[in-house]
Amino acid sequence: MSEPTTLVDVPAAASGRRTMTLNMGPQHPSTHGVLRILLELDGEIIHKADADIGFLHTGIEKQCETRNWAQVVPLTDRVDYLANLSNNLVYCLGVEKMLGIEVPLKAQWLRVLLCELTRINSHSVWLGTHAIDLGAMSVFFYCFREREDILRIFEMFSGQRMMTSYIRIGGLALEPPRGWHQMVSKFIKAYKDKVDEYENLLTGNPIFVDRVKGVGYLSLEDLLDLGATGPMIRAAGLAWDIRKDEPYSSYEKFDFNVPVEQESDVFARYKVRIAEMRESAKIIQQALDSMPEGDWTAKAPHVILPDREQMKTQMESLIYHFKIVTEGFRVPKGEVYQAVEAPRGEIGYYIVSDGTTKPYRLHMRTPSFANLMTLGPMLQDRLIADSIAALGSMDFVLGDTDR
Amino acid sequence: MSNDELQALPLVKSLAAAQGAAGAITEGVQQFGELTLICNPAQIVAVAYHLKTKENFERLVSITAVDWYPMEPRYEVVYHFHSIKTNRRLRIKCKVSSEAAGMESTPAVDSLCEVYRAADWFEREIFDLFGITFRNHPNLKRILMPDDWEGHPLRKDYPVHGYKYSYQNE
Repeated sequence: MSEPTTLVDVPAAASGRRTMTLNMGPQHPSTHGVLRILLELDGEIIHKADADIGFLHTGIEKQCETRNWAQVVPLTDRVDYLANLSNNLVYCLGVEKMLGIEVPLKAQWLRVLLCELTRINSHSVWLGTHAIDLGAMSVFFYCFREREDILRIFEMFSGQRMMTSYIRIGGLALEPPRGWHQMVSKFIKAYKDKVDEYENLLTGNPIFVDRVKGVGYLSLEDLLDLGATGPMIRAAGLAWDIRKDEPYSSYEKFDFNVPVEQESDVFARYKVRIAEMRESAKIIQQALDSMPEGDWTAKAPHVILPDREQMKTQMESLIYHFKIVTEGFRVPKGEVYQAVEAPRGEIGYYIVSDGTTKPYRLHMRTPSFANLMTLGPMLQDRLIADSIAALGSMDFVLGDTDR
Repeated sequence: MSNDELQALPLVKSLAAAQGAAGAITEGVQQFGELTLICNPAQIVAVAYHLKTKENFERLVSITAVDWYPMEPRYEVVYHFHSIKTNRRLRIKCKVSSEAAGMESTPAVDSLCEVYRAADWFEREIFDLFGITFRNHPNLKRILMPDDWEGHPLRKDYPVHGYKYSYQNE
C-alpha cells in the first residue's frame, strides 16, 4: 500500500479529477447522535467536509419564552443531556444576577461539587465512546462503571439520573439527602485509581496512539477564529478557563490547575480531558473537606417557594407561595450574558427580561455548536480514516448543537 | 449612560478614531456590570475589524437576535465579543427595522464572516429563526429547520405550536 506522503500536495478539484460525495450519517455510529456530514472525497482524501445539523432541533429557546422564570430550569437540562447541571447553573446564575440574589455558601459549594461530577460524567462518556470509535471496546465498560456511580449520586440528590434540575434560581431544589457526604467521598477516594486504569489502557497503547497522534491538527489562531472553546483551546496551548478567569460560584476559593497541551491534535485533547478528570476529582475532594454549614437556598421569599411548615402557619408565606405558583416572580428589565465553563467549553446564556414573569428572549450559546464549526477546516485535506478520530476529539452532543 | 460618559470610554474613543468606524457608536448602557454599545448597522464590519485587530477581541462569542414586535425598529442583532488577553467582554447591538432595505424585502445586516469565521453558523441560525438576511454571507441557508420550512420560528408573531399542526384552526 502506498502512503500519501504530503496530504496537502494532493490536488483535488484543481487538476480536474473527479471527486466522490459520500453521505456520512445522520445515522452513523461515530457521530453520536444525528449529525450528517457531506464528504467530498478524492480517493481517500477528504476534499471538503460540510456538516448538516438540525435533526434534533426542538425549539427550546422558543419554549422558554412561554414558561415563567422558574419553569425554564427543566428545559435547560434537555439542552446538553450530558452536562445538565452546568446548564442549570448558567441559567440560574444569570437570573440571580438580574435579581441581585446572593446564594449561600453551602449552595455554592454544592453547585461546584455537582458541576465537577458532571464534568467527570461527561468526560467518561466521551472517553468511552471515543475509544470505541477507535476500536478499544473495553474502555467503554470501565468508563460507564464510573458513570453509573455518578448517576446514582445524582439520583440520590434529586431523584433523577439525568434530567436532575437540581440547581434552581436562588439555591438548590432540595436539602442534600442524608448520607450524601459518605457516598461522594467513597466515590472520589476510589476515583484516582480509576483514571489510572483508563490511562493504562490507552495512553501507552501503540494502536491507540498511532491513530490519534498528529491527527486533526488545527492552529490556535484558527480555533479562536472559528469560535472553539474548552478542552480544544487548551489542547492548543492556551490556558484559558472561565473557572479561573471569570470565577463564578466561588471557584476562586478552590485550588486546581488548568491542564494545557501544545500539540493541538487528537492525542493532546485526550490528554487534556484526562487531566481535567483528575483536577475535577481534586476540586470535589476540596469541596467535601471544606463544606460550609448553613442554608441551601437564599433568603429571597419573593423568588423561592416557602417551607411547607411556614406556609401553614404564616400569612406572608402563604401569599408568596400563591404568587410564585400562580403568576411567577418578576425579574427586572434588562439583559445579561452569563458564561460558565462546561465540560465541552463555554456555555453562555444571553437572557433578556422585559420586566414580566417570563423571559423575553433566552439565547443559548452552546459549546457544541461553536466547536462543530471547526469540523470543515479540521477534516479538509486529511484522510477519511482520520475523520472518526477527529470527530471524537471535538466531543459534541447533538442535543447541545441543535437545541 | 450620558453621551459624555459614553464618549469618555477608552474603547469608544479608540473606535471613533478607527477607519470607517467613526460615529458608529450611538448609545451605551452599563447594567449588571456589563457594557452594551449600540452600533450603527452599516458600520458593524468596520467596528468588528477594529475590535479584532486593535483591541484584542480575538473571540466572537455569539451572535443572536431579539424580536421586539410590534415595536420599531423591530429587531436587535446582538454580538458578544470576548478578549482573552485583557479578560473583558463586550456586547454590541444593531437595531434593524423590519423595512430596512435588503434582499427580498427582509431586514438585512452586513455579515461578519470575513472578520470572524465563527460568524458563519451564528448568522445562518439568525437567518433561519428570525429571517434576517446577512449581506455577503458565503453560504446563507437554513441551518436548524428543514430547508423547505416556511416562516421563522423565533419571531414573536410565530405561534409556539406552529402553523401546520395548529389545533385552533381545526
